[in-house]
Amino acid sequence: MSLGLGVAQLAAPDRVRRLSGVDDSATSRTVVPLVGARELVHAAGLLTSRRKGAWAWTRVVGDAMDLTALGMAIAHRGGSRRRRLLAVTGAVAGITVIDLLTAVQATRSSVPAVRGARKGGSMELTATTTIRKPAPEVYAFWRNLENLPTFMAHLEQVRTTGDRTSRWTADAPFGKDVGWDAEIIEEVPGEKLAWRSTGNADVPNAGTIRFLPAPDGVSTEVHVVLVYDIPGGTIGKAVAKYFGEEPHQQLDDDLRRLKQVLETGEVVRSDGAPWGKRARKEFPQRPAQPLSDDELAKGADA
Amino acid sequence: MRANTWAGRNKVEVRDVPDPKILNSRDAIVRITSTAICGSDLHLVDGYVPTMQDGDVMGHEFMGEVIEVGSGVSRDRLRVGDRVVVPFPIACGACAACAAELYSCCENTNPNAGIAEKMFGHPVAGIFGYSHLTGGFAGGQAQYARVPFADVGPLKIESDLSDEQVLFLSDILPTGYMGAEMCDIQPSDVVAVWGAGPVGQFAMDSARTVSYTHL
Repeated sequence: MSLGLGVAQLAAPDRVRRLSGVDDSATSRTVVPLVGARELVHAAGLLTSRRKGAWAWTRVVGDAMDLTALGMAIAHRGGSRRRRLLAVTGAVAGITVIDLLTAVQATRSSVPAVRGARKGGSMELTATTTIRKPAPEVYAFWRNLENLPTFMAHLEQVRTTGDRTSRWTADAPFGKDVGWDAEIIEEVPGEKLAWRSTGNADVPNAGTIRFLPAPDGVSTEVHVVLVYDIPGGTIGKAVAKYFGEEPHQQLDDDLRRLKQVLETGEVVRSDGAPWGKRARKEFPQRPAQPLSDDELAKGADA
Repeated sequence: MRANTWAGRNKVEVRDVPDPKILNSRDAIVRITSTAICGSDLHLVDGYVPTMQDGDVMGHEFMGEVIEVGSGVSRDRLRVGDRVVVPFPIACGACAACAAELYSCCENTNPNAGIAEKMFGHPVAGIFGYSHLTGGFAGGQAQYARVPFADVGPLKIESDLSDEQVLFLSDILPTGYMGAEMCDIQPSDVVAVWGAGPVGQFAMDSARTVSYTHL
């Protein structure tokens, strides 16, 4: 496929530009052959290399670049050009899904299937904050795991299923929901809590949180470490980042909201970021002007 | 309502926008009776401060009458009908910065603190009508404004002083006063103020207030 596309884009760039609805742009005269050349690189790698998993990921990265370019092109066009662009974008989106599945598959099959031992696939996140409440209070709030979704952007729900067990649901990049069971593996009231996913989790993960009295004698330092086994490893992480998912920033913001909830009673909303923990799309936001009744009624999913 | 909005670099427009509503339990809605343009609004208008968006309601110096309060605001603190001057930084009253009365450093009121932190190295409090870096809050150059944490910042005016006599408590009088205070002026000092705009004039008045001095 890369071979065919690459040859077409290099041999007949003007026809590709007309078909895609970008024949009115001078930039596309340069971009289309460049994308063609890139496709030939994918093809060469996929056909000759023994590390096909890694080369499959280069296609995913290429798809991400193409979707961005198409998105920019759509924003500036109307009429039949826009229709042609939308059709091409639909096709590329479909190809992206196939590439992604292929790449995940190829990476999985090329790595020994030992859970937790995958190199490059796990990601460790750390974040800290200081909350002006005593440690037992901060600990108690976190220990009631059903509170976590009020301030953690990705979590949809945590349901307690036993003394130490719980069921977690989260939304993952690319709009996919993932769920897993978790168990608390260490518990020192007021000081420390550790948990990990159990069974065959989509995204195997574990976490530790420590609560330390701050030097001011009033506040609590909260230290969080999360470890995720990311689908697609390092490259999957890079693609997610490219689409605006910065996991470290998200954990920092999660802890900021935890602090808001414990110190002020709720997650703070502004007109630009009215949906509290749904502030994932940090910029551009909605304008800093009051919400209409319609927007309020539709809520965070509008 | 009608509101003054940012409409791109060097362009502002008075437009129709929705009326503000309570979003958090400690909000109040204020019907604005007087509002001002700050010298620092120029930094937003000319694009010097980033993260302004088309349609952002401007203005951070305003006062008015409370017409609605959220369920979390104690009636002893604020009621419908109260006349208030609203300080420009939004403060939660509960974090370490607020406990130390460093309200402009409030650690909770800026939902976009992550952006401010990347930009400045340290976030600032939420500020009305002052870009998305300071939270993306609609401002007070409008008929109405939503005031978060209304039980902390707003200053009740219970005397018959006119709007013009108290409005400057929202920003520029404290700014001038802080300038004078930071100079640690001694009685024997001769003080010169560069720039005799409103903040400069308040700095001079404040210098006279903190210490008898030659200006």
